[in-house]
Amino acid sequence: MELLVKVLKNTGLYHLTWQNGVMIAVGGLFIWLAIRKKMEPYELLPIGIGIILGNLPLARLMNPPGDIQQSGILGVIFHYTLYYHNLLPPLIFLCLGAMTDFGPLIANPKTLLLGAAAQMGIYAAFWGAILLGFDIREAASIGIIGGADGPTTIYTSAQLAPHILGITAVCAYTYMALVPFIQPPIMRALTTLKERQIVMRQLRPVSKTERIVFPVFAATVIILLVPLSAPLIGMFMVGNLLRESGVVPRLADVAQNALMNAVTIFLMLAIGAWMSAENVFHIRTLKIMGLGFAAFAVGTAGGLLFAKFLNLFLKEKINPLIGSAGVSAVPMAARISQHLGQQANPKNFLLMHAMGPNVAGVIGSAVAAGIFLSILR
Amino acid sequence: MGKETPVTAPIVGKVVKVLTKEGDRVSENDEIATIEAMKMEMPIVAPVSGIVKQVNIQPGQVIQADTVIALIEQE
Repeated sequence: MELLVKVLKNTGLYHLTWQNGVMIAVGGLFIWLAIRKKMEPYELLPIGIGIILGNLPLARLMNPPGDIQQSGILGVIFHYTLYYHNLLPPLIFLCLGAMTDFGPLIANPKTLLLGAAAQMGIYAAFWGAILLGFDIREAASIGIIGGADGPTTIYTSAQLAPHILGITAVCAYTYMALVPFIQPPIMRALTTLKERQIVMRQLRPVSKTERIVFPVFAATVIILLVPLSAPLIGMFMVGNLLRESGVVPRLADVAQNALMNAVTIFLMLAIGAWMSAENVFHIRTLKIMGLGFAAFAVGTAGGLLFAKFLNLFLKEKINPLIGSAGVSAVPMAARISQHLGQQANPKNFLLMHAMGPNVAGVIGSAVAAGIFLSILR
Repeated sequence: MGKETPVTAPIVGKVVKVLTKEGDRVSENDEIATIEAMKMEMPIVAPVSGIVKQVNIQPGQVIQADTVIALIEQE
């Protein structure tokens, strides 16, 4: 009889709290959103199942490395590739670089400014977080959510505020998926129909030489100015050079496919499993969710308004709708610029123009992260 | 004989649907084809009203930017 009681007390069920139950439901929700609503499935599906696994008591999947046979698989992955050594976000950036076409940015360098302007959301959320009582390192991690860049957010939080790592990451990915709902009302409110109808002339062709020089030159300049952006920017440009050189197609292929997918599995599972009830059930989680949302909204507005400002000085006007694509949910935000542009003027094709600010924003948020890290680490 | 206006592809993409044929009368901004790029389907519309004189594309074809996909004769 005593043995039976002991066995029952060792079940996870005996130790399950209602908070675990809520988190398991949240995990289930993410899985449903990924499968049924097709919301960012590559991120939210593994995060969702990771959350469930991380909230099953006594499973020890998130046990950190320790004595022999004591660690959990997700705990080891989390510790060695993210928490202690920050490896996975730079690796993802290498893969992203191999998938990125900088042509539209090279053809129209002004869009770099639009990408920078959209990072305004980062600074708005940063100050908002300070006002709401977060300390400066937490505020920086929350601010970076506005960069609309999962790996950058994870990279920053892991160093400055690991206790809110999973929350900032999930906020970033969730709001990136919600960009089709967050952006259009702001885009319509801040632009006139006439502005939305501005036709942009086709981009000039970009030579192979330009495409090869760009990553090398950009990485060198940026890292000389903001050294702590190096892991992200450096890896990004490595991946881009693999792609644009044209002489290492097998390496580019691995970066775009096998490596990207493998790292995604590990990173998203680890993030999800981190989100135990103990780590998530705080008032600060709600504050972070609100600040993250505000960051995306302000970033959208920032990009739009800066494009309008630039138009005061430009003979050939920019369609301000591409400004919001500086919120670097790639390529979702660019698709939204395209969609609203064609709604206003069916002959207008803004997609490739919007890709300029879209990829510039990735650089912008990585640079912002580097700046935060150099001041706060 | 009216002026012949080319309809050009705005970006590189794959033709998903062709919604018009030679001889059709179209109005400005009528959708004449659907193109897919970056996993997004976008309509290509007639730049002017008139009669379609030529259609150079078919579904499934990958086309480069600036390809003339159709000619419209304005009346």
